Amino acid sequence: MSARMIEQPWQRWAIRFALFVALAILCIPGLWVVLTAFRPNVEIMARPPVWIPQHPTLDNFRRIFGLLPAEQQGLPVADYFRNSLVISVTSTIIAILVGMMGGYAFARFRFRGKKAMFLGFMLSRTVPGIALSLPLFIVWSRLGLIDTKIGMIVIYLAINIPFTIWLTDGFFRQIPVDLSDAAQIDGCTRWQAFWKIEFPLARSGLASAAIFAFLTSWNEYALAAQITRTTNAKTMPVGLMDFTAQFTVDWAGMSAMAVLIIIPALILTFIVQKHLIAGLTFGGVKG
Amino acid sequence: MLRSPRAIPYLLLLPSIVVIAAVVLVPVLVSLWSSFTPYNLTRPATLFTFVGWRNYQRLFANADFWWAFGRTLVFVTVALNLELVFGLALALLVNRVTTGRKTIRTIMMFPMMFSPILVGFQFKYVFNDSVGILNNALFSLGLITRPIPWLVNGALANFSILAAEIWMSTSIFAILLLSGLLALPQDPIEAAKVDGCNPVQVFRHITLPFLMPFIYIAMTIRSLDVARAYDMVRIMTNGGPAGRTELLWTLIARVGYQNSQMGMANAMGYVSILTSIAFTFYFYRKLSLSRRYMGGAE
Repeated sequence: MSARMIEQPWQRWAIRFALFVALAILCIPGLWVVLTAFRPNVEIMARPPVWIPQHPTLDNFRRIFGLLPAEQQGLPVADYFRNSLVISVTSTIIAILVGMMGGYAFARFRFRGKKAMFLGFMLSRTVPGIALSLPLFIVWSRLGLIDTKIGMIVIYLAINIPFTIWLTDGFFRQIPVDLSDAAQIDGCTRWQAFWKIEFPLARSGLASAAIFAFLTSWNEYALAAQITRTTNAKTMPVGLMDFTAQFTVDWAGMSAMAVLIIIPALILTFIVQKHLIAGLTFGGVKG
Repeated sequence: MLRSPRAIPYLLLLPSIVVIAAVVLVPVLVSLWSSFTPYNLTRPATLFTFVGWRNYQRLFANADFWWAFGRTLVFVTVALNLELVFGLALALLVNRVTTGRKTIRTIMMFPMMFSPILVGFQFKYVFNDSVGILNNALFSLGLITRPIPWLVNGALANFSILAAEIWMSTSIFAILLLSGLLALPQDPIEAAKVDGCNPVQVFRHITLPFLMPFIYIAMTIRSLDVARAYDMVRIMTNGGPAGRTELLWTLIARVGYQNSQMGMANAMGYVSILTSIAFTFYFYRKLSLSRRYMGGAE
């Protein structure tokens, strides 16, 4: 199985070909959506199909932001974008702070009920979003939190905290306890030792945990679709459904919006990719 | 008492516990209560009428529910197994090339950035019978003369949804298993080869056992978010045509929000919650066991 094994040339080419096909399958659907976002509607409907865009245009983006006066009125995509951003960023920051405290507790302390508590946090994530949305809808409407940003932020906090705890627990475990102990012998308090020694060492891990949390909130649909109603709190994934009616779909508009949703995710995933794998496996295997 | 060092871990965990209690624990209990009531959104007072097991009795006598439940189980089982097989194959392939591994891994991460609702939209578009890229390509290649109704025919719609689900999550398996393969110690493999093992034997008795914890991690992670398939199905078919792609999750949304039968929907929700927990717990246990095994081997 190792790369050191002697390979026949035909084997090497067969492997490359298989990889090429697999990667093409992973790329083409997304690429097609991106191309569609820049096409005029005539080209989307054309038969025989137009593969390479002949008349690239930004009109689809202008239209969904309501910048094309003559045609349809635009959808409140700018509002959705702002809501998504506010909700995701706020819930991420709080989730990291709160989750980091929890992760530190699990990594550095022995206490009663530790195992059960850890399992409890993880189990809280198993509740399917749509099943959780039912009682949340009941409770949130009694509390007046339906269709508010605060309501969504609190929900995403609960979704992100368990995963942040899981990741930060792994990161703090990798930092030798001796470092903090040495600092404390030299006169630091535990609090100082944490901020001067352990926090800087865990910083890159925390950054990737933050990006995970952001992406989870940014991409979430099932809960937001039920808890948000209007431009007050509706997020991008929920807004995407505005483009579909019973029998008609605005492919161009939806593709443009899809591009807007994917761009931040693309950039962030690219930044975090090194930690993505390390975070997932270290947190899991070395437990 | 609060100042004693024993209290520190509990204090550190307090904010997390409060949030989880408020957003998950209490609502799940509300869900449990309301599943024993005839709660209807149009008649708020019904939340306080206790009817015992009536919702569950009706549920278990309802063929639509069993269809959706069974379809969900089959869907999840088939999807996870195929994702594992494809993910393993992809990881082994990438492990065999020496150049461009980093670029390939970046490309493999591509589907992981997609929100499930986007994956659903993307495949709604791919499989669309009149403007979809798949039918367009088949036309251009001269393989078909009439459009294939991917999302209109029941069996084809199930296939399409499965394809979208596999596209979305195969990468998670591939990436985790690849990192396992890269960490695989070479010595036992060399030794086995010297002792005359063929590649299949090496794979079965060395590579695969070593990969097991990674497989269970991937399965545990996936079992946590498997209900994300709801988003995808919601946008692709919303359970149609004629309920032929109805999963437990889309059925819950329909009964709860469209028909306002919250009590009944919560009963279904509870079935889905318990199923999910059982499922995750199973993989989590397997993970702990294989971890312990790994620890012992070191």
